[in-house]
Amino acid sequence: MTGQLRFFAQTMLGSLRDLAPIFLVIGVFQLLVLKQPLPNGFELLIGAILVIIGLTLFVMGLELGLFPIGEAMAHDFARKGSLFWLMLFGFCLGFGTTVAEPALIAVAREAATVAADGGLIASDEMAQQRYAGGLRLSVAFSVGLAIMVGVLRIVFGWPVHYLIIGGYLGVVIMTRFAPPEIIGVAYDSGGVTTSTITVPLVAALGVGLASSIKGRNPVVDGFGLIAFASLTPIIFVLGYGMLMS
Amino acid sequence: MSGFEGVVDVLKVTVLDVLPIIAVLVGFQVLVLRRRIANLSRVILGFVYVVVGLALFLQGLEQALFPLGKTMAAQLSDLDFISGAGRELLETVRWQDYLWVYCFAFCIGFATTVAEPALIAVSLKAEEVSGGTIGVSGLRLSVALGVAIGLALGTWRIVIGAPLEYFIMAGYVLVMVQTIFAPRVMIALAYDSGGVTTSTVTVPLVAALGLGLATSVPGRSPMLDGFGLIAFASLCPIISVLAYSQISQWYAQRYRLSSGAE
Repeated sequence: MTGQLRFFAQTMLGSLRDLAPIFLVIGVFQLLVLKQPLPNGFELLIGAILVIIGLTLFVMGLELGLFPIGEAMAHDFARKGSLFWLMLFGFCLGFGTTVAEPALIAVAREAATVAADGGLIASDEMAQQRYAGGLRLSVAFSVGLAIMVGVLRIVFGWPVHYLIIGGYLGVVIMTRFAPPEIIGVAYDSGGVTTSTITVPLVAALGVGLASSIKGRNPVVDGFGLIAFASLTPIIFVLGYGMLMS
Repeated sequence: MSGFEGVVDVLKVTVLDVLPIIAVLVGFQVLVLRRRIANLSRVILGFVYVVVGLALFLQGLEQALFPLGKTMAAQLSDLDFISGAGRELLETVRWQDYLWVYCFAFCIGFATTVAEPALIAVSLKAEEVSGGTIGVSGLRLSVALGVAIGLALGTWRIVIGAPLEYFIMAGYVLVMVQTIFAPRVMIALAYDSGGVTTSTVTVPLVAALGLGLATSVPGRSPMLDGFGLIAFASLCPIISVLAYSQISQWYAQRYRLSSGAE
């Protein structure tokens, strides 16, 4: 029990250090640049305490739950030796975690509004919802595909940069042909798909896989899954925009 | 108490967010792998910590930081503030007038990235598997610096109204060139750092900043120009992490050369 408590205290100290810059920046700009007092100090204090405790618990949970399960499953899949199940698992993990992602739902809704304003689709509610739903599905599909390809890459040891640079070239070419309204949304969608819970799980999966397959280096080959998951949505959203116009 | 109800609401949303992940994990564990998980109770406790922690974290941000940060973003880009209090509104604005906005974008980008939980997770993993040669703080500071520069550049782009594509293409070319020269060990990690920087803390503040700026700068439309800040925040860290790895490699080589000569 004392071990747990010491762990908690140590993690909390780390969280305090991580959060200090935000408090500092907000405080300095509010007081010195905008020259306004901090509003409702009590709410602010409660919020700050919640943030610190929350981050502390999250980091503790990473070490206890997310990292071990991700690595254990990667080891088990490697021992099972079935590439099909591993790829299916990668796809489901990517698709399942993305399709319900709140940030993606928000972005898809905004994109539908932009498309309606630009005259790409009818501006009634139905058409917009269909557009947003299609966008969400295609992004979730693209993330599933990304994790699947990323897992294949770890298994076969392909260098990550060829795939990523190939993807960049795809983005560059598609940007020339996509409707201009969708471009900003597409580029942003790459960043929002990877949620705070998916990232540690996927990182543990990649590293666990790379360390249980002979000849793979966990640093060189284990990372890169998140990079795929942030690149493919850009391509799919651009493609979706081109198809729908 | 409103704070408590807020926590319960956020907790519900977070649980809903985690459910598909748990369904996939449990489904494959039970149906395909059919192996008992070691320390199952510890793992479950860990998941509870993660979900409760994330809910508290989000609620705290929602309650304390986001309202303040969003108001500040709107106020800093407001024409009244730009023209200076008491003076009449400027007819035309120059990009230099928005100096405080770039400064705020830089600082808030740096600060929120340091606090981003997903980045903490990846850098912990990186230090663990590299046996400590990739330090947590070096990686996180270079990612944060990348986001800071990216957001400053991105706000500047909104003010001058240049097309987003040109900046992103130039960034891609830079990444490709750096990839040729950077040490291989760091390449995958650098690419990953682009995706992890923008999640729970950074996105809401950055979106508010972009939208506020595009609304207030004359001639910009929030629809077309408000987007794109997140794209900057995910591209620039790749460049900065690659640069960090190149610089540390260069230093290591120089050190080796000089100590070898003695």
